[in-house]
Amino acid sequence: MAVAKNEHELVVTVSPHIRSDVTVNRIMWTVTLSLLPAFVMGVYYFGPRAIYITALCIAGSLFSEWLVEKMTSRELTLGDGSAFLTGLLLGMNMPATIPFYIPLVSSFVAVAITKQLFGGLGYNIFNPALIGRAFALITWPRAMTNWMEPTAAFVGLDAKTTATPLGLLKEEGMHKLLEVFGDKMNLYTQLLIGHRAGSLGEVSAIAIIIGGLFLLYKKYISWHIPVSFLATVAVFAWIFGGKEGFFTGDPIVHLLSGGLMLGAFFMATDYVTCPSIRRGQIVFGIGCGLLTILIRLKAGYPEGVMFAILLMNCFSPLIDRSMKSKVFGARREVKK
Amino acid sequence: MALLTFKGGVHPPHHKELSAGAEIRELPAPKLLYIPLSQHIGAPCNAVVEAGQEVKRGELIGEPTGFVSSPVHSSVSGTVKEITTITNPMGRTVPAVVIENDGRDEWAPLKDTPEYMNLSPEELKEKIKDAGIVGMGGATFPTHVKLSPPKEKPVDVVIINGAECEPYLTADHRLMVERPEDVIEGLKILMRVLGVSKGHVGIESNKPDAIEKMKAAASGEPGIEVNVLEVKYPQGAEKMLIKAILDRDVPAGGLPMDVGVVVQNVGTAVAIYEACRYGKPLIERVVTVTGEGVKNPSNLLARIGTPIRELIEDCGGLTDSPKKVILGGPMMGFATFDLDLPVTKGTSGVLVLSEREYVDSEKFGPCIRCGRCIDACPMGLMPSMLSIFAEKGHYEDTKEYNIFDCFECGTCTYVCPAKRPIVQLIRLAKSMVKR
Repeated sequence: MAVAKNEHELVVTVSPHIRSDVTVNRIMWTVTLSLLPAFVMGVYYFGPRAIYITALCIAGSLFSEWLVEKMTSRELTLGDGSAFLTGLLLGMNMPATIPFYIPLVSSFVAVAITKQLFGGLGYNIFNPALIGRAFALITWPRAMTNWMEPTAAFVGLDAKTTATPLGLLKEEGMHKLLEVFGDKMNLYTQLLIGHRAGSLGEVSAIAIIIGGLFLLYKKYISWHIPVSFLATVAVFAWIFGGKEGFFTGDPIVHLLSGGLMLGAFFMATDYVTCPSIRRGQIVFGIGCGLLTILIRLKAGYPEGVMFAILLMNCFSPLIDRSMKSKVFGARREVKK
Repeated sequence: MALLTFKGGVHPPHHKELSAGAEIRELPAPKLLYIPLSQHIGAPCNAVVEAGQEVKRGELIGEPTGFVSSPVHSSVSGTVKEITTITNPMGRTVPAVVIENDGRDEWAPLKDTPEYMNLSPEELKEKIKDAGIVGMGGATFPTHVKLSPPKEKPVDVVIINGAECEPYLTADHRLMVERPEDVIEGLKILMRVLGVSKGHVGIESNKPDAIEKMKAAASGEPGIEVNVLEVKYPQGAEKMLIKAILDRDVPAGGLPMDVGVVVQNVGTAVAIYEACRYGKPLIERVVTVTGEGVKNPSNLLARIGTPIRELIEDCGGLTDSPKKVILGGPMMGFATFDLDLPVTKGTSGVLVLSEREYVDSEKFGPCIRCGRCIDACPMGLMPSMLSIFAEKGHYEDTKEYNIFDCFECGTCTYVCPAKRPIVQLIRLAKSMVKR
């Protein structure tokens, strides 16, 4: 006697029989959503070009993903949000003046080469968006550093080009920054809200922090990388960043400039390319911070976040492997 | 007071509200019972009855064949129809005695011992062994073996596990609410057998009524303490429970007795009390019948050997969309398609998931290395790496990542956003490494 008419349709699988409702898709789209404030600020300061450039990057990323997966007869994964997110991040890392072919080529390098040719989602060593940007910066150094003055697009003036705060700081020093922005308070405020030259999604520190805090609140990222990364940059900027000797640097300018906030909250925290062990993430964050400061203060480029993260990406597997997680009950005296 | 707990773990929705308020109801014994002769970890029993023989309720029908084994008794009076085999939910074929119930429920002679606390530890242990008592939380390890620690491992604490951290299940919860004194008596017997003066009862904070009742029952009992635990899976795993209550770390690869602890489940404690006080063998247990696939979720006192179909029917039957039937809880239980499987000593629940509660676990993606499983693993392992190695067939590499410390609680698999079958891959790697 059957207790239900569909008794023969009962499913048998192994435990566990319940799963959390967090999925890869949901994570990717939530991260995308949390980038929205920063993106909106980019559109506000740089106008419709911000949308146009980002759309090119996203389209290029999706096409590259589709192309490689078709060519290698693998399952299409456009819906998982990963390629979309890479495109969005890449777009937000471009200057607003960029000619249209650079986003397209860079997104191909990011998704087709850096991600798909290494095995697709989960198997790439380097952050795809950052490799895309690094490729563009090295191939078209002039175009990639042709910064547009913010809000020019809306007030109807001809788009004027200018230097980034970090560029000014490197070439001329703190006095030049103060000259341009008035006083220190105004400098900090403008950097915080994003009224400065830079890549179109990196300028507004406050908008990025809001998105980052949302991800922390959702537990989609943990504090370890952003905090260790930012703290290292602040400390070493303070110690070595001043022209008048040690401990005269301005950590706030360093924290709020360049791509640091975007890098610390959204790029360095990329699951695939950062360590999975929390303790290892602190090592990773400190490494990113040290390399960023080293490049900013001593190397040829005014900004070092991108190369710092990419260099640390190489160490992620090694960090995970050497630190491992601590097995319960191992390496500890039996307490009684 | 801060709630006691361990590092890691997850918070799945517990769904205990379905059956937590339902008083334990005695399920009438069915016409036919299928009593497996292997309901415990260890050697199966030899049948000591044959077809056609009359048996009484509580009479021995299966005799243990080794030290790590446990006798089996008839849960009704009636006639042995045959000795057959059944396939248990783990897929193993085990011998079983089929008994036709005569409906008279005549007891075999039981030895009543009102002054059971005057018995010697050895005599008490003998009673526990003869009653066929095994761990009723699901692991079914023979209790008398746990109560025989070697001399070099002195035990100083007994913990009663009332965490019941598996979602949905409420059998232990109801026992603590309805029979708190019996649980405490069982604990006192355990303490006497092991010669220890400290006893703890660990209960998750989502059972305030049980905590209150148990605290009342324990008040005035020297050395017994009720501890409130954070609601977190797998809080009821022995090592996690010991960590939470005593802050002792059972060494990797070790047993609770390595840190001087014996842990017993709430149901087991009650069975121990009944065995020592009334001489009653373990022939029935409380089973939570629950899930959205069941019309009236309940807690039933069911005879060992009752087909689960009878339990489901007694709870109003299945709803229109049952999708999966699980023996035990949703995290570690076994799914089955066979509703004629009998209740055994380790059956803590019959969970019927509805279409809505059911999760299709067939499709999964690559590991995105988010680290959720590493954060959640109560044993401090790296399930992500283990699953990747197993998936690629690099079984030997899993040893370097301490695969044998995994007790397959399923936490990693629960949290995985890529829905990877991590535990299954770990089980595969374990068996391949052993080969």
